[in-house]
Amino acid sequence: MLRYILSRLLSLCLSLIAASVVIFGVIEVIPGDPAAFMLGLNATDANIAALRAELGLDGTVVARYWGWVSGMMTGDFGISYTYRVSVSDLILDRIWISLPLAIYALILSTLIAFPIGLIAASARGTLADYGIMGGTQLGIAVPNFWFAMLLVLLFAVNLRWFSAGGFAGWDNPAAAVKSLTLPAIALALPQASILARVMRSALLDTLGQDYIRTARAKGLTRRQAVLRHALRNAMIPVLTIIGLQFSFLLAGAIIIENVFFLPGLGRLIFQGITQRDLIVVESVTMLLVFAVILVTFLVDIAYAAVDPRLRRR
Amino acid sequence: MIRVDRLSLAIHGTPILRDVSLSIPKGQIFGLVGESGSGKSMTALSLMQLLPAGAKATGHALLDDTDLLTRTEAQMCGLRGNDLGMIFQEPMTALNPVQTIGDQVAETLLIHGESSRAAARKIARDRLDRVGLQHVAMDRYPHELSGGQRQRVCIAAAVALSPRLLIADEPTTALDVTTQAQILDLLRDLVARDGMSLLLITHDLAVVANMADHVAVMQRGEIVEQGPTADVLRLQRHPYTRGLFAASAHQPDRVTTPRPDVLLSVENVIRTYPGPRTGFTRAAPIAAVDDVSFQLHKGESLGLVGESGCGKSTLTRAILGLDPIQSGAISAFGHPVTPQMPNTVRAGIQVVFQDPYGSFNPRWRVEKLVAEPFHLLPERPRDARDRVADALAAVGLSADDMHKYPHEFSGGQRQRIAIARALITHPRILVLDEAVSALDVSIRAQILDLLADLQNRLHLSYLFISHDLTVVRSITDRVLVMQAGKIVEQGETEQVFTAPAHPYTQSLLAAAPSLDTIMERSDATLV
Amino acid sequence: MNRVPTSFLIGAALSVVFVAAAALSFLWTPHDVTSLVIANRLQPAGGDFVLGTDQFGRDLLSMLMVGARTSIAVALVAVGIGITLGVPLGLAAAAARGSLLDEVIMRGNDLIFAFPSLVIAILITAVYGPSATNAIIAIGIFNIPVFARVARGGALSLWTLDYVLAARTAGKGRLRISAEHILPNIANLLIVQATIQFSLGVLAEAALSYVGLGAQPPLPSWGRMLSDAQTMIYSHPMLAILPGMAIVMMVLGLNLMGDGLRDMLDPRLRRRRQ
Repeated sequence: MLRYILSRLLSLCLSLIAASVVIFGVIEVIPGDPAAFMLGLNATDANIAALRAELGLDGTVVARYWGWVSGMMTGDFGISYTYRVSVSDLILDRIWISLPLAIYALILSTLIAFPIGLIAASARGTLADYGIMGGTQLGIAVPNFWFAMLLVLLFAVNLRWFSAGGFAGWDNPAAAVKSLTLPAIALALPQASILARVMRSALLDTLGQDYIRTARAKGLTRRQAVLRHALRNAMIPVLTIIGLQFSFLLAGAIIIENVFFLPGLGRLIFQGITQRDLIVVESVTMLLVFAVILVTFLVDIAYAAVDPRLRRR
Repeated sequence: MIRVDRLSLAIHGTPILRDVSLSIPKGQIFGLVGESGSGKSMTALSLMQLLPAGAKATGHALLDDTDLLTRTEAQMCGLRGNDLGMIFQEPMTALNPVQTIGDQVAETLLIHGESSRAAARKIARDRLDRVGLQHVAMDRYPHELSGGQRQRVCIAAAVALSPRLLIADEPTTALDVTTQAQILDLLRDLVARDGMSLLLITHDLAVVANMADHVAVMQRGEIVEQGPTADVLRLQRHPYTRGLFAASAHQPDRVTTPRPDVLLSVENVIRTYPGPRTGFTRAAPIAAVDDVSFQLHKGESLGLVGESGCGKSTLTRAILGLDPIQSGAISAFGHPVTPQMPNTVRAGIQVVFQDPYGSFNPRWRVEKLVAEPFHLLPERPRDARDRVADALAAVGLSADDMHKYPHEFSGGQRQRIAIARALITHPRILVLDEAVSALDVSIRAQILDLLADLQNRLHLSYLFISHDLTVVRSITDRVLVMQAGKIVEQGETEQVFTAPAHPYTQSLLAAAPSLDTIMERSDATLV
Repeated sequence: MNRVPTSFLIGAALSVVFVAAAALSFLWTPHDVTSLVIANRLQPAGGDFVLGTDQFGRDLLSMLMVGARTSIAVALVAVGIGITLGVPLGLAAAAARGSLLDEVIMRGNDLIFAFPSLVIAILITAVYGPSATNAIIAIGIFNIPVFARVARGGALSLWTLDYVLAARTAGKGRLRISAEHILPNIANLLIVQATIQFSLGVLAEAALSYVGLGAQPPLPSWGRMLSDAQTMIYSHPMLAILPGMAIVMMVLGLNLMGDGLRDMLDPRLRRRRQ
C-alpha cells in the first residue's frame, strides 16, 4: 500500500513538472518578449526595459523557469503587473469562492446522483428507470451557465428567494453558503446527470457478474446483493468520473462566476487576459492544473481503498 | 431427498426444458450429463429459482415436502444458502473481488440468522478448514488465491450451513486435472460426512462415472435416459448416450509413418518475462520456458501436455516466431525461427487456435480469412480463389461457404475454417494449440477424425498442445510432458501413458478421470 | 435486420434540423446578422421577425441559424483534430504495448487531461487573443487523449484475440494489422465516442464564447448571444431562453443519436438481440 502511494506521488510530481514546463513555455517563451507583449503597441523601449528588469526577463530561460517554480513553492507567485500587488494575495482573496463552489457542487452532484443511479439500476426497464434516463439525458444537454441564468430568472427575479448575484463574504458563513447555493446547483445538476448514468451502467455491469449470482445462491435478496456486493465494485468507474468531474466543476465554477457576479478566480483570470497580465494568467492556470492533478492523485488513492487488487503488500 | 416431477421451463415462450423428472436420495450423488445447451444448468437454476427474467417453470420440485416452484421469492431467500447450496463453473469470477474470503463465507451464516459477526467468522474459519484451506488466512482476497483454492472457498460458503441439497454446476471444468481430482474428492467427502444430496452437472462422462450413484443424460431439454451409473454407462440404451459415449472415447483412424527427417528442432530454449514490479524496482525475471529441447520429425504427431501456466503457450509463441527467446535456438527446415524470419519459413509452420469465436476477424468473409496467409507468398497466387475452395473442400466445407461471414458457422465449422486457413500455404508443420478443447465431445471427435485424415493424406507434422490427456493419447505418436517451464518427460505416447516415469506424469495420469478404467471397474462389479 | 432504436431516430431528426439550418445559413437567412439597425431593436416575436430581435436590432432566427453553423463548425473540426491525432496515437500505443512509446503516449495523455479545454483556451487566448480558431484548438487538443484512450483500450482487447495472432503468423506487421484488423473493429467505438465528443464540443464552444474566449463579433454564436442577453434577462428573458434551448436541443439530439448508435453497433447488445 505504501509503495502504491509512493509511486502515485512520484507520478503526481512528474505531472506537475511537465505541466509547469508547458505553461511556462506557452506564456513566457512562445510570445517572444513577454514584456513587450504585456505593454502592448504603445510601449516605449524604456518602459519595456524597465518591465523586463522587474520581471527578471534578462536571465536565461532555465534560470527564469527555476525562479518561477521555486518562487511558487515558497508561496511567491510574483507581482501582478496591473494590480501592483502580489499574485498570491490576489489568489488567496478569490480562491475561497471558486474552490468552495466547486466542492459544494461536487458534493451536491454526488448526493443527487448516487440514489438516482441506484434507483434506476434496481428498477431497470421500469417506468421509473425510463423517466430517470430521460431526465438525465436532458440534464447532460443543458449548459450549466445557461441553467444558472434560468435559476436566476426563477428564484431571484420571480420568486425572490435568493439574491441574483454577488457574494456575502465568509464573515457570515450562512449568507456565504446561501450566495453559493444557486451557482452550486447550476453546476451540479448537469454533472449529477452524467454521474447518475455512469452509476447506473456500472451497477448494471456488476449486477451481471458471477459473484452476484453466488451471493444470490447464498440466500441474499436482490437488494442485499446490490448493497453488499454490487455497490462497492461499481465504485471504480464512478470514482474515475468523479475525479474527471472535479476539473470540469472547477472550470465551470470559473465560468459561472460571471453569471452571479462572484469575485472568484474566474473574474481574476479574465481580467488578467484582457489586461495582458501574463503573471496573473500564468499563476492561476498553474493553480487550476495543480488542483486537477491533485484530485487525480486522490482518486488513485481512493481506488486502492476500494479495490484490494491495487494494493501490493 | 429431492424429487423433481415433470419440470418444464420456457423463457419468453421458448421451451427450454420438457418434463424433467428425477429424484436424489439423501446422501447420494446424482450426475446430470449432456452437451452445452442441453438444459443442465437451467434445471439447476430452476431448483434454485434463480432463473433469468421472463422464465416460467411448471411442474414440481420437492425438497422433502416443500415444493420449491411454489415458494415466494422471500421464502426462497430463506432456503438458498440454508437448505440449498450451489457452486458454479468459473471460480475466478464467482467471488467478490473486493471482499475477503472469510467475510464471504461468514456472509452465508450472517444472512441466515447468525447474529454476531465474530461467531460467524469463527464458524467460517471452521468451514474453510474443512474444505482444506487450513493454511489460508481469513483476510485474504480472492485474487491472492489459485483457481482451485477459490473453488474451495465457494464450496465452503455453499456448505457453511450443511444444506440438504448441494448443486455443483461444472465445478471442475475450469480447473486443471490434478486440481479437479482434489475438488471432486472434497465433494465426495462432504456428501459422505454431512449426508447431503449432490446434484453434479457436467459435460464430462468420466467425471460422472467416477462420482455419481445415479446418472441422467440430457439432450435438448429432456432427460433421454437415467438410472444407476453402472447400468447407464454399460448398457447405453439410448442412441444419444451411445453417441456421447463413443465420442468421448473416440479413437481417430491413424496410419502414421514418421520418418527420421527432423523438421523442427528446439534446443535449450529459455524464454523469460520481466519480474513483477514492486514499487520502483522489478523482481527477478521469471523463466516461463526453461531449457527446453525436443525435435519434431516429418509426418509425426507430437503431443505437448501440461497444466495451465506451465509455459506451453509461451513455447508455442516462440515456435511460431511471434516472440523472441532469450537463449537457445529454434530451427525449422534448417532455418532459424525468430520474429524476423523470412516469410517462406513462416509459411511452413501454421497454427490453429483454441477459440473458434476469437479466431476470425468478424468483418471479413471466409474467402478473405482463409486467403490471409497468402501474404506470406512472394505474390498472391492467380488461382487464389480456387485454392481457397480446395482448402475448404479438404476440411469438409463447400466452396460456396467462402462468401459467408464467420458468425454464420457453428463452433465446429469455424474450427474447420481455421484448419483450412492454416493449410492454405501447404505448410509442413501444423501447430494445434488446444484446437479441440472448446468443442463438445461429438464435434471434437469429428475434428480429430479430420486431423487424422489430413495427416494421412498430406503427411503433415503436428505439434498438438493440450491439457486433455485423453485427446493427446488418441492423436499423437510421441508426447512431451511440461511442468513449470521444463519438459519433465518425453517418449512414445503409449509408453508414457502406460508406464509414466516421472512423478508429475504419474500424478497427472492418476488425477485424470478415464472412462476405460472406470468401465473395467464397473464391469467387474456387475459381473 | 436490427430494428433502429427510437432514440436514434429522434436524435438524428434533431441533428438533421440543426445541420440543415446551418447549411441554409450559408445561402440565405431571413435577415442580415451583421447589420445593426437600432430602429428594429427588441422587436417582439411574429411579423417580420419570426422570433423577434435583440437589443441591437438583429433578427434572432437568423442569429440562431448562423450560430448553429459556428457551433457545428467548431465542434466538427475539434472532433476531427481529436480523431486524426488521437486514434493513430492510441493504435500505436496498443501495438507497442508496454514499451517506452506506449508509456510516453499514455503519460502525455494524462498530462493533457490535467488541462481542461477552458484552461487551454485561457492559455492560448492570453497569448494570441480570442478567436473561434482558438476555441477549436482548445477543444481539439482536449479531444486527442479522449480518442487515444478509446482507441488504445479497444485495440488492446483485440490484440489478445486469436485472429490477430493468426495475422501475425501470416507474416503481417503491426502497422498492417492495426490497419486491417484493429481499426475496422474499433470503428464502432470511435463513431459513438465521436458523437459524444461532438456534443461536448458544442457545449464547450458555447461556454468559451460566453466568457469571450471563443467566436468574436460580428460572427454570431450561441454562447455570445447568451452573454449579450445576460443584462436583458429581467426585461426580455426570451433573448436568453432561445439560444439556450437551441444548445439543449442540439446536444440532446447528438446524445440520443450516440446512444442509439451504441445500441445498434455494440456487438454484445446485437448478439443478445439475435
